[in-house]
Amino acid sequence: MDDFLLRALLAGLGVAIIAAPLGSFVVWRRMAYFGDTLAHAALLGVALGFLLDVNATLGVAVVCLALAVILVGLQQQRRLANDTLLGILSHSTLSLGLIVLALMETLRVDLMAYLFGDILAVTSTDLWWIYATAAIALVILIVIWRPLLAITVHEELAQVEGVPVVWVRLALMLLIALVIAVAMKVVGILLITSLLIIPAAAARAFARTPEQMALIAAVIACIAVSGGLWGSLQWDLPAGPAIVVCAATLFFLSPLWSMYKQRRPLPG
Amino acid sequence: MNRDNPPLLEASNIDISFNGRQVLDQVSLRVHRGDIVTLIGPNGAGKSTLVRIALGLLKPDRGHVRLATGVRIGYMPQRLNIDGVLPLTVRRFLTLAQRCPEAELYTALEEVGCRHLLDSPMQSLSGGETQRVLLARAILRKPDLLILDEPVQGVDVNGQEDLYRLISQIRARHGCGILMISHDLHLVMSATDEVVCINRHVCCSGSPDTVRVDPSYVALFGRAPLLTPYSHHHDHAHDAHGNIILGPVDKQGANPAGEHSCGGGCNHG
Repeated sequence: MDDFLLRALLAGLGVAIIAAPLGSFVVWRRMAYFGDTLAHAALLGVALGFLLDVNATLGVAVVCLALAVILVGLQQQRRLANDTLLGILSHSTLSLGLIVLALMETLRVDLMAYLFGDILAVTSTDLWWIYATAAIALVILIVIWRPLLAITVHEELAQVEGVPVVWVRLALMLLIALVIAVAMKVVGILLITSLLIIPAAAARAFARTPEQMALIAAVIACIAVSGGLWGSLQWDLPAGPAIVVCAATLFFLSPLWSMYKQRRPLPG
Repeated sequence: MNRDNPPLLEASNIDISFNGRQVLDQVSLRVHRGDIVTLIGPNGAGKSTLVRIALGLLKPDRGHVRLATGVRIGYMPQRLNIDGVLPLTVRRFLTLAQRCPEAELYTALEEVGCRHLLDSPMQSLSGGETQRVLLARAILRKPDLLILDEPVQGVDVNGQEDLYRLISQIRARHGCGILMISHDLHLVMSATDEVVCINRHVCCSGSPDTVRVDPSYVALFGRAPLLTPYSHHHDHAHDAHGNIILGPVDKQGANPAGEHSCGGGCNHG
């Protein structure tokens, strides 16, 4: 296998392994739009990264985190509905990112690579970033798994029972920001949310516990990454979208499993 | 019961307003060990707000909430909406906040009559079963004080009687204090030691029999029929189409209102 293909596969799998379990929480907590908003803001992080001459991944993580904190603050106000707030931030940060990139005349940026991913151009430095981030994020996720599940089911009940709700919620946002920063390379800003929610949604048909769902989601995400890359190689498809379409195909096939399971106990 | 001991929970002179609207005005409340205190009041009276303040989920603008030292609270929230996309069994639900031995799970579920549901998905439970499982989770914490926000919500009338009886039994068995909210005017009367009727301020409080005849209670709810505890009782009949025909409940008239003093913003009497 060519080196760049191997790197692409490793990068995709690294992102899949953390994005899918985290994506389960995005699905359970109905945060898909929130993920989208952070992802759109990532472009601003990229632009700031160029402007300040720091690593783009770091720039993205910092901007996403800042936005997450601002969002939590704004949500306390309770003046505007959540989705309105998210919509405003989502599009204004994306536009701001586009403007800042356009203003940097000395730089010619491959915008398409940021918007839709450029997994075939992953470098070994990128790989290190991806795996270091994924490892840290996985450890944090495992540590906060239980309290996170508790506040997902009922936030106030969890709070009365002693779960530090605000901290757990902040940790979740940190995780999402980290994952967006590394997933951007694989599927691009506009498609990141799909990597979070589609494998998780597809896993629902197979899972009987939250943990099973997260694990199965990771497996499905890995299959989607491999399948998408294969399709990209075979038919010269754009890799990021091919991965998303592969995941979506698995999602639409997943109900067949439930139907098959329901049919089996019937006699005859 | 133990009126000489300090109360488990004491809320004094609670004021709170949202967006300039006064929701609670100088509300005070005490719950002693072994007592069942029921909050009743019309919609928007501030019952849930008061409970959230007692739980420490909300900070009052003025006033204090004091808990006796070392009091453990078991809380049963008003609604539980678990998204169908989250695969969660009753067993997992009960152990979300704290691990506990299998035997305790059985005992708690047994107590609320839901042992057979241990491995059922939460989303498959009926309204009454959900309430019982929530109650089991509260009991598992071995609480000194149980706070129940509309424990019989979404349960049919017979089920409501059963639930109130269950709550009385829990009080007797665990010796805890119970603070609960009820919408219900009749059934709850038989399962409570003290009723606090609020409509932003405390309208009246005392034993169910005292409150029942209190002019401010009557002004809010009309005169309720007398009930013997736990008997099956209908306060209305149905016509051929299943519509409700009000029976002995006199909703209007019979109102010697205006006798109690209350602050501004009061929409009764």
